Amino acid sequence: MLSSTVTSLTVLLIVVFLFKEGVGVFDKTAMEEGFVIAINKNNPVDKLSSEQIKNIYDQKIISWEEVGGKKDSIFLFRVDDISNFYTDEQIGENFEMLPYRLSSLVDSFPGVIAFFPEKYLDKNFKGKKLEADKVTLAEFFGGEEWFPTAHPSAQLGVKPLILGTLWVSLGAILLALPLALAAAIYMSEIAKERVRRIMKPLIELLAGIPSVVYGFFGLVVIVPLIQSTFGVAVGETGLAGSIILGIMALPTIITISEDAMRNTPRAMKEASLALGASKWQTIYRVVIPHSISGISAGAILGIGRAIGETMAVLMVTGNAAVIPHGILEPMRTIPATIAAELGEAPNGGLHYKALFALGCVLFIITLFLNLTVEFISNRKKAHKH
Amino acid sequence: MFKLESKNVDVFYGSSQALKNVNIEIQNNTVTALIGPSGCGKSTYLRLFNRMNDLIDGIKIDGQVLIDGQDIYAKGVNVDILRKRVGMVFQKPNPFPKTIFENVAYGLRVNGVKDENFIRERVETSIKQVVLWDEVKDKMKRSAFELSGGQQQRLCIARAMAIEPSIILMDEPTSALDPISTSKIEELIHELKSKFTIVIVTHNMQQAARVSDKTAFFYLGELVEYGETKQIFTNPKQEKTQNYITGRFG
Repeated sequence: MLSSTVTSLTVLLIVVFLFKEGVGVFDKTAMEEGFVIAINKNNPVDKLSSEQIKNIYDQKIISWEEVGGKKDSIFLFRVDDISNFYTDEQIGENFEMLPYRLSSLVDSFPGVIAFFPEKYLDKNFKGKKLEADKVTLAEFFGGEEWFPTAHPSAQLGVKPLILGTLWVSLGAILLALPLALAAAIYMSEIAKERVRRIMKPLIELLAGIPSVVYGFFGLVVIVPLIQSTFGVAVGETGLAGSIILGIMALPTIITISEDAMRNTPRAMKEASLALGASKWQTIYRVVIPHSISGISAGAILGIGRAIGETMAVLMVTGNAAVIPHGILEPMRTIPATIAAELGEAPNGGLHYKALFALGCVLFIITLFLNLTVEFISNRKKAHKH
Repeated sequence: MFKLESKNVDVFYGSSQALKNVNIEIQNNTVTALIGPSGCGKSTYLRLFNRMNDLIDGIKIDGQVLIDGQDIYAKGVNVDILRKRVGMVFQKPNPFPKTIFENVAYGLRVNGVKDENFIRERVETSIKQVVLWDEVKDKMKRSAFELSGGQQQRLCIARAMAIEPSIILMDEPTSALDPISTSKIEELIHELKSKFTIVIVTHNMQQAARVSDKTAFFYLGELVEYGETKQIFTNPKQEKTQNYITGRFG
């Protein structure tokens, strides 16, 4: 009673903490703190998304027309460029004239967009300061770039990470499921009791190997193998992650489906055999349909394990946070991102909160999977009586 | 020629002997009851005829078991084909987790029948034969688990009959059923006798007396007495049989 209460409370606390920190990301702006973006006061543009800001900064967008303004080319001004316009004397020895000069510069170029630190903002600034928007849900889930340390505006699109996670996990389950099913059928229906007694603990042993060791194995064996087999430039791909995760998910799926298959009533199997069905027909038509909910529960728990797995994936998938177009590309998963970046993210900052929000996304995915398992096994009980 | 016949059959589970030198001859279109206390070997004997005992590890069978004069334990006998000729009904109703229709169609499907019209006809005929049609004709697509225990058992009999075996083995088919379902199945056995040769294992002595033409009494793996049911129950030759049917042991 007490212990279960404590456990439930702990779990609840962790979840509340996770969500409290994670939701905080939508209370922050993607702009780097202490920086100002200013434009000419006659420019009709009021708002720029963080993606637009980044593209302007990288000079991928060069006309105001592209962001809903006039037909005018963008004049990108960084604070370091000031010496091209004013002499050191005009700026002053300790930059005391800089705010004034910035103000008049922004005023005199209609197509300007200026990035500079907030401390150089003049009291009577003649330009228009763009208010930085808070991070939106659409930006977070719809953005196609994850670059939380980008200057001057962080890119917090989690799409590549979610897609990476799904690609790797889906690949893992596609590889693991047939193999696991075959193993479960063999152990529950075909193997002699003696063989089964040896094999079962061996398979369960797989679950006890630390994931770092799987990562080593993947890095040393599977990555070079993929590189040479498919002729790709780097072997650290989604496929390598899928293979490793597939192996890691095997014991879960095998154990659960085997238990389900062994629960098939002997009478039911005998009934099938007595009707002249062969052993394989009996497995295919009676044992598998009877244990299908156990098998699906095993598969879903296996996916759950694959989705949440961090270390082995971090080591073998190449960790490129770009939207993947195939399994043979480097990918980055959500857990790997959190593990790799949290140490460098300043406590309480935008990046930090964004990682917590990622944790929330992961939590919701696994929660959904667990609820599905619950639903399936409940349906099984209802179905029986 | 006898329909079923066993000659000097010994069965061993590992080192213990379950049947000792059993000889029985069973005629076509008769009902034979196998009676005896628990563990006497009557179920083991029944399961010899469709080789269901083969599934047990460490079993050893000596002697001859003949169906229509053929030794079913001879080399080269295809067990799957043998089992198509010998239907079986089990102690507890054991429908598959499928629809009522698919339960009965199962035996046809695993035997490679593809003609849906034929399957539909055969399913209907079989269910009618077990007098279940009126109860289930509107819910053929529902799960067989929705039926009552007695209905499930009749469905299992229909399932066994759908592949048109010539022999039906029944292993205590009414032990899990209420008296009304039991009497329905006993009536059914009477009717089926014209088409099938039936061997039934039962713990219920009245049932054996009611449904069977011949009765075999087993005790500790030995066939103590085999004869006309009437004679066994009214005038047994062996003292052990007398004691058992009068309830002095068992």
